[in-house]
Amino acid sequence: MKNKKIKTHEPLFHISKRTDISRSKAIIIRVISLLAALVVCGIVTKIFTGDDPISIFKTIYLGAFGTGRTLVTIHEIAILLCVSLAVTPAFKMRFWNTGAEGQVLISCLSTAMCMFYLGGKVSDGVLILLMAVFAIAAGIIWAVIPAFFKAHWGTNETLFTLMMNYVAIQLIEFFLKIADKSGSNVVGPDLLTHGWFPKLFGTNYLLNIFIVAVITVLLYIYLNYSKHGYEISVVGESENTAKYIGINVKKVIIRTMALSGAICGVAGLLLVGGASHSIDSNLADGRGFTAIMVSWLAKFNPSTMILTSLLIVFLERGADEVSSKFGLNADFADILTGIILFFIIGCEFFINYKININHRKTNIKEEK
Amino acid sequence: MSPCVFSVNFNTGGTLILNALELKNVTKRFGDVVANNNINLTVKSGEILAILGENGSGKTTLMNMIAGIYFPDEGSIYVNGKPVTISSPKDAFNLKIGMIHQHFKLVDLFTATENIVLGINDKHKFNIKDAEKRVAEISAKYGFDIDPKKKIYDMSVSEKQTVEIVKVLYRGADILILDEPTAVLTPQETEKLFTVIKKMKEDGKSIIIITHKMHEVLSVSDRVAILRRGEYIDTVVTAETNEAQLTEMMVGKKISLNISRSEPKNSVDRLIVKNLNLTNADGVKVLDNISFTAKSGEILGVAGIAGSGQKELLESIAGLINSSKGEVTYIDPSNNSKIDLRKKTPMQIRELGVRLSFVPEDRLGMGLVGNMDIIDNMMLRSYKNGHSLFLDKKPPKKLADKIIKELEVVTPSATTPVRRLSGGNVQKVLVGREISSAPTVLMAAYPVRGLDINSSYTIYNLLNKQKENGVAIIFVGEDLDVLLELCDRILVISSGAVSGIVDGRTAKKEEIGLLMTKAKGAKENEE
Amino acid sequence: MDALAQFISRAILQGTPLLYGATGEIITEKSGNLNLGIPGIMYIGAISGVIGGFFYQNESQSVSPLLAVIIPLLCCLFGSLLTSLLYCFLTVTLKANQNVTGLAITTFGVGFGNFFGGSLIKILKSDVPYLSLVKIAKAYKTTVFPFSDDMGSFGKMIFSHGFMVYLAIIIAVVAGIFLKRTRPGLHLRSVGENPATADAAGINVTLYKYLATSIGGMIAGLGGLFYIMDYSNGIWSNNGFGDRGWLAIAIVIFSIWKPSMSILSSYLFGALYILFNYINVPMTYIPLIQMLPYAVTIIVLIATSVRKKRENQPPHALGVTYFREER
Repeated sequence: MKNKKIKTHEPLFHISKRTDISRSKAIIIRVISLLAALVVCGIVTKIFTGDDPISIFKTIYLGAFGTGRTLVTIHEIAILLCVSLAVTPAFKMRFWNTGAEGQVLISCLSTAMCMFYLGGKVSDGVLILLMAVFAIAAGIIWAVIPAFFKAHWGTNETLFTLMMNYVAIQLIEFFLKIADKSGSNVVGPDLLTHGWFPKLFGTNYLLNIFIVAVITVLLYIYLNYSKHGYEISVVGESENTAKYIGINVKKVIIRTMALSGAICGVAGLLLVGGASHSIDSNLADGRGFTAIMVSWLAKFNPSTMILTSLLIVFLERGADEVSSKFGLNADFADILTGIILFFIIGCEFFINYKININHRKTNIKEEK
Repeated sequence: MSPCVFSVNFNTGGTLILNALELKNVTKRFGDVVANNNINLTVKSGEILAILGENGSGKTTLMNMIAGIYFPDEGSIYVNGKPVTISSPKDAFNLKIGMIHQHFKLVDLFTATENIVLGINDKHKFNIKDAEKRVAEISAKYGFDIDPKKKIYDMSVSEKQTVEIVKVLYRGADILILDEPTAVLTPQETEKLFTVIKKMKEDGKSIIIITHKMHEVLSVSDRVAILRRGEYIDTVVTAETNEAQLTEMMVGKKISLNISRSEPKNSVDRLIVKNLNLTNADGVKVLDNISFTAKSGEILGVAGIAGSGQKELLESIAGLINSSKGEVTYIDPSNNSKIDLRKKTPMQIRELGVRLSFVPEDRLGMGLVGNMDIIDNMMLRSYKNGHSLFLDKKPPKKLADKIIKELEVVTPSATTPVRRLSGGNVQKVLVGREISSAPTVLMAAYPVRGLDINSSYTIYNLLNKQKENGVAIIFVGEDLDVLLELCDRILVISSGAVSGIVDGRTAKKEEIGLLMTKAKGAKENEE
Repeated sequence: MDALAQFISRAILQGTPLLYGATGEIITEKSGNLNLGIPGIMYIGAISGVIGGFFYQNESQSVSPLLAVIIPLLCCLFGSLLTSLLYCFLTVTLKANQNVTGLAITTFGVGFGNFFGGSLIKILKSDVPYLSLVKIAKAYKTTVFPFSDDMGSFGKMIFSHGFMVYLAIIIAVVAGIFLKRTRPGLHLRSVGENPATADAAGINVTLYKYLATSIGGMIAGLGGLFYIMDYSNGIWSNNGFGDRGWLAIAIVIFSIWKPSMSILSSYLFGALYILFNYINVPMTYIPLIQMLPYAVTIIVLIATSVRKKRENQPPHALGVTYFREER
């Protein structure tokens, strides 16, 4: 009998998908990564400001919720939440809509055009109604065009919706040139004098916040309790299953993108009619893109999205305050947001995958 | 077992020839399942060895170990008499072993030549023109009909297969493994392939061909190795054997399973399939004039080698494939009216009042949604009920609880995602849902695949109960012993065509085995 | 005549950053990575070069043209490389969603660029009034063809630019040859088309994705550097780079993923960007002209998907995270 040793090469570790992580464990991983991100943000801030970390976080907090700031912060959260809600149904369906920015902007444009051309000619009540109709219709059109081509010809939706953003931006620029001959790049409240949303309890923005709250609840119900929402989940999870039970996938894609566009329409309406009473091509301020991250971070759950949009807005407003206190550039906020996003994006790996470490470097097998 | 390292064969002329490849006591397990148990296999240089075995007999697993895809748990492999370690496809290449997989690994957008040279890192300067020349040379040498500049997406299945073979030859392989190469070919293409294989043999290459078509084994191979349920049975010289002997070795003796079977009562025609034809995207005829009748209160088994058209048959009936030609007629039990099911979506079929249930082969990819919980999966069939815009979660909740209780589904709760359940429990959930709608026709594809004994019997009992309730059941199975004990009649298909319909009570296992391996064009009268 | 020559000359200058971005993104996308972080990476490339140049210009007594070019160049490549590696680490190693990661990189990159662009002097407590690298820019703008002066207006329009204009063309041409004619190019394309097949053929999918994305990112970063050092004469202005990063992604589609096509498309898009200065069109309609590149890109995208010509499709595995065990 002769014994032979056979060496097998096994990698040091092996990665496999995991399906069994508990909810609490997943939350712990996310919290840890968030804390790690905050530490890094603290260090970065310390480097550029020289301030001590506690004081920095205090500044951030006051920037978001200091006197006279809370309402604006909540309104910012509401608007970002609204756009995030808009992209969510499409994402649940695995339709990568990167065009929320354009869908919001085109609705802003429709709203502003209603205010500009019809203001004073019809009563304010009718005007607001028309603004709403046109804003939502514009958002739907902007969203349905790529959806139609995706459903019928498989046109890449990420790139299509992305390009639609810039078409919307240039259309706004076009309107600005027509509306304001002075060549200014914003049409302000002096020209959009009618169709302002009424103040609720004498407070600005309250109506906007209320509307977004209602949409949040409605969308939550739609996604979780309606037949449409169920179809969205099935199409997103498995197109094969959708076919197996006879769902018309094309119809669901177009219908769901129409809904996304409609909610973007509301966001545009609120931005112009309920807040700025002005329009420029930067009005959406990148929210269409930030919303993608907000929605994704919340795992497409509308109630969790309240938290994630709060986190992002809190950071942005806080970092704004830090930069203005130390005479730094306001873009500092984006750096902090980026750092936090990187950590949260990265930590998903540890929730979805398991790393199995092989303790033996090589297996030595005895063989007869 | 002989412990010698060198293994030597003397051929009739008395000259010494080495075995090209030798496997000794090779075992491979996947979890608790033993895919290959203690297999010994010898391939002589310059011979064609056929590997014969039913589905799940472990042929592909064994070959994957030679090709470096899997690594054996036990045993050793010798190439040209030397012990070797094959831990990656690269190792296999270096030992001049090449495998042509059943599922082609080609980049559609590339030309034949680009695919052939993909991944080669030799010292030669990269020049696609030179490579094209070499491809043409190889093609000429063995008689391949292939355009080196043609794109893969423009190619027929047989051309793609040729590219895979040339890919292996280009790398200088001496041992070629072909995994069911004829499954996707027409008889003419098969002929061509065999000519090429014989030419390669003349050139001194050793060829292993996996197949379950008996006439192919007999016409092309020098020797046949038979595997059954992961065990090595024997290797015989082709010239000294015959179809009947091989079939018997392949299917084995009948094993009694004691599945209960009642006599069909008041059987009437329920589903009539007539001349069903289907050609797939690659232009291959996957359903070839299939006709049969499923009767109420009866289990109709469907036997056949995997990939003979079973999946397409069921999906055509269920309305998932709408491009087939022929007739599918359902006879309504309430008024005996005939309903045409062709060109209808599953939703439309249901709206016509046809209670057709379907347990597909791909449980988590089609029948269920893995990330949804049991309750939500219960709704897949019924969520549209009622006129409300909203889901009524009460009936599915009730149904989920009922199934969990009655079928003894092991789960933490009804709100556990189904992907977390074990295979048997997943299947109970799926079958439970499909029979909950009181079907009149129930189609089940491999419903006990991968299930343990107890779960399997639960499924058999469920099917029998449905049968007693007068449901027409179509049961696609792979285990002939199960088919013979469970089914009243067995429809045997081979290469997409019906090769026979036999009585489940009287048919012999070998008889079905022969029908399953029967070639196209050699079919007898159906019915 | 002179007006036309000047227009073409300006169009080339406008097109060059786009060409860098598009070439970089094509190489990246050929590996299956849809890097929407490219606009951010271009900002980071630009500011990294600016920071390097700023230190050099302020610390050294006299500015040598060679060092003035090389130091910002290396800093730019280094900054873009780090950011690309971050993208790869998240999407390839940690298998994160490519869209989300890319957008996060862009948020971060644009913020990073603008932050340092706006606050560098303040942070360094430097005594210069504003961020201007005129001396460095001079080195970048020095023409590489001394004879161009004698070639009349048309010779000038093509040969009077700084070296980076020509470098962009060279890189695009080399990238085209690399993808089409070399072994690694073939392997890279197979990774973007069908990573499972590439993996089975023994190609290191992870390595190719990392390399392609990093090299692509560095090339794109050069586009940002060119914009500051050459086009803007070394003067940073926040958001001055604008949406050129996205325009570069549009060019990738417009050029149907072919670097050779991207040369012409970049200049075409560059020309459209400034066309309004040279034709007699009312101010009002300028935005409509600026919209053209995007509208045309959409049409190309639709046309290719409807026509279904296989060669003109995005890489088949674009945007899909590869995990071997999910074959």
